Amino acid sequence: MPLLAILVLAAGTYAFRLAGPVFRNRLRLPERLELLLPVAATILLITLVVTSTLTEGHGFAGWARPLGVLVAGVLAVRRAPFPVIVIAAAATTAVLRLCGVE
Amino acid sequence: MLLFILMDMRSLWRTLDRRTLRDVGLVCLADALVGASFGAIAVSGGLDAWVPIVMSLLVFAGGAQFAAVGVVLAGGSPVAAVVSGLVLNARLLPYGFAVADVLGGRGRLVGAHLIMDEGVAFTLRQDDPRGRRAVFWICGVALFAVWNVSVVLGALAGQAIGDTDTFGLDAAFPAVILALVLPALRDRGTRDAALLGAAVALAATPFLPAGVPLLLALTGLLLHVPQLRDREVAR
Repeated sequence: MPLLAILVLAAGTYAFRLAGPVFRNRLRLPERLELLLPVAATILLITLVVTSTLTEGHGFAGWARPLGVLVAGVLAVRRAPFPVIVIAAAATTAVLRLCGVE
Repeated sequence: MLLFILMDMRSLWRTLDRRTLRDVGLVCLADALVGASFGAIAVSGGLDAWVPIVMSLLVFAGGAQFAAVGVVLAGGSPVAAVVSGLVLNARLLPYGFAVADVLGGRGRLVGAHLIMDEGVAFTLRQDDPRGRRAVFWICGVALFAVWNVSVVLGALAGQAIGDTDTFGLDAAFPAVILALVLPALRDRGTRDAALLGAAVALAATPFLPAGVPLLLALTGLLLHVPQLRDREVAR
């Protein structure tokens, strides 16, 4: 990953962050955009969860990882603390792999 | 500047109740695990250690970092990696407007860099201006420190571990994002749009270059646009 790519990503990200604090007294986001951006973010985050759970490169990632994330999902619904959720997911996946599940 | 923030921190600390501080601590701990797995995955995937470290300092947005590194490790182009990261981070724009009141005047340039999902969620939960300011800065500074230190440690460990999959680290990131985004799925329109988007991306993954399927997921918005129109008509 070239440094230039990181710098462009960093600059764009900082611009997104700074716009609100700088411009909030001078302009308002169009209401439609304000409603749409959080939905777009949720779509992307859920998609990121689904693809990074199920796929590796262009194929299926195997069962160990999805089962680990499933355990995390159940714990999250039950409002377990964040660290417990993360550790349980990694531990489930690691143990499954240890048992030979790919 | 830094000294000013640190001195101010002590009075901010006293503003918050213990429960809030505990919650911030728990989120820091979880993000430390995710940060370490980010560093380890990036390095064991073949990137130089400076890549995840510099990225964490300058971009400081876990989702975009994982997305961008994921695209590159899957053989996608840097352009696709940057575009995926930027589209994900566009959500920070409304966040910035939502918490702009705690970022008035001095410290604004530094504070803006600390805007992220967790901190904004905590800030919006507080009612009075002092509480909002306090939790924004405490959560922001703590998470920035924890995230970057853990990424460095993860990158170092990644060189030693070699294969991060043995420890199930690849499950840590989707797990924490899922936990974070779950409350937003209670809204049915958002949930349907997200599921459609994810299905489109999943179907496209075998055929398209890495990074492109994630962007295609935005087609899920098509489900949402008619709803917005209905809402406007209703008004």
